[in-house]
Amino acid sequence: MALLLIFFFFIPVLVVIAVSFFDYQDGSIVEAFIWDNYRDVFTSAVTITEYANSLKFAAIVWALTLLIGFNVAYFLVFHVRGVLLQIGLFLVCTVPFWTSNIIRMISWLPVLGKNGLINSALIKLGIINTPLEFLLYSDFAVVVGYVHLFTLFMVVPIFNSMARIDRSLLEAARDAGAGRFRIVYEIVLPLSKTGIALGTIFVVTQVMGDFFVVKVMSGGQSTSVVSALYNQVAALQYPPAAASAVCLLAVVTLMVAGILRVVDVRKQLAS
Amino acid sequence: MAMHDSGKRPWTFWFFAAFFVLFVIFLYGPMFVVYLLSFQGEGGGLTFPMNGVSTHWFGELVNPESRSGDIASSFQRSLGLGAMVAAITVFLSVAAGLGFRRRFLGSGVLFYIAIASLIMPGLFVGLGVNVFFSVLGWEPDWTTSGLGSQLTWTLPFGLLIMFAVLGRFNRSYEEAATDLGATPWQRLREVTLPILLPGIIGVALFGFTLSYDEFPRTVLTSGTENTLPITIWAMTTNVTSPALYALGTVTTLVSFAVVGTALGSIALISRRRRGGDST
Repeated sequence: MALLLIFFFFIPVLVVIAVSFFDYQDGSIVEAFIWDNYRDVFTSAVTITEYANSLKFAAIVWALTLLIGFNVAYFLVFHVRGVLLQIGLFLVCTVPFWTSNIIRMISWLPVLGKNGLINSALIKLGIINTPLEFLLYSDFAVVVGYVHLFTLFMVVPIFNSMARIDRSLLEAARDAGAGRFRIVYEIVLPLSKTGIALGTIFVVTQVMGDFFVVKVMSGGQSTSVVSALYNQVAALQYPPAAASAVCLLAVVTLMVAGILRVVDVRKQLAS
Repeated sequence: MAMHDSGKRPWTFWFFAAFFVLFVIFLYGPMFVVYLLSFQGEGGGLTFPMNGVSTHWFGELVNPESRSGDIASSFQRSLGLGAMVAAITVFLSVAAGLGFRRRFLGSGVLFYIAIASLIMPGLFVGLGVNVFFSVLGWEPDWTTSGLGSQLTWTLPFGLLIMFAVLGRFNRSYEEAATDLGATPWQRLREVTLPILLPGIIGVALFGFTLSYDEFPRTVLTSGTENTLPITIWAMTTNVTSPALYALGTVTTLVSFAVVGTALGSIALISRRRRGGDST
């Protein structure tokens, strides 16, 4: 396992870092040691927009998945009676994870499209006259796609943390006169912190590393860091792609390190 | 379940229940739309209304003259690759999971490499493997570079599941086996592995489905022969017929079948076990 990970993960990462310093010419890589690729990354206005775009998506999607994920997990853990029903509903939430992401994205097209379900329904009801254009091929659609794909990554770890909360704590709080929201805010929320952190890491890294959701749902109008990277690779410009990948990696690593600083995740993983 | 075990449900229950139902609709609704539309009539388009009902678009998938490319063989490749990834992931995750119960040299480093590999953007891994192979002068192929880059994603998953499974594993069963004179090999094969079997099935399920649907790591490493997700990806740009939906329905059915088999067998094992305990 160690060998496999080193061969297919560790060394390739090092190779990418090395290549990011190489020069390129007519689609082939020229060995060199130059900083040009990085200079291009940092000075280009396009890159800045890409990063701003990706970070914006990450922030919005994080907030939405956290809100939804927390509520869903809370419902499953504290409101559903009976273990079997709980497991059943939990599986209902997780099964889509095992199906193709690409298909799940495509399935939004006939729902959100110009002649799609939502638009036709609204027109039939007389609420609007012309189809809403912003539903598909827009930032809105991209966010819908991300939330659709990644909420699960919030639900599962938060569910895990919440399931471990000792019920007697909640009863004690109730006996002491705490209201429903106070219990959630002062007991459930802090005790679910590791789950939230794990979910956050997953959601943020997935969004930052994604490119096909952006491509399908925005119809090519929005770019993210990785979709630009993919275009560079398609154009055989490996060194600048590698430089941009290294920068992305640095940003993602910093974000993850920041989250880990706040919450000790290993505690939950190890136990 | 102590909190609301008795009496009427509080209003918050109905609020959360409604929220949950909406979430499930949000999760499954679009998928059902696609299943419906894949039975679109022959003259129908990509959206409602349905123009009659037919299985025309499923036929289109196996029709070699359609524009959608060679779906059958990429389907076979994906199934084969999924099986390989599942087998390797199970073998290595179980071994590593058992090994990690004791600290060994480099165990901390390996753990962090595994976690890093899990959260690394997929296209980055693909790019790395792709460039690494071209440095070595090897041709990328789905059976080598494709397989390898998928493993960087499934192995950490498998490892984490094994941690969770082993966390609940009672070691005294192993000690009892040793006390009764079992060799280490017998102990592993006749005591440890059977007890861990549901978890191992879970790892296999993850290995297969993650590989079967994997796209960002594979797109740069599969070489000239595509796996199914890459074929689908290509189709989204050049096929504008419900054949795309039909393919979606078919691969989702495969996923559901795999998930159903795995979960079913886990449920069967645990039921049999509970039955055994009570007698």
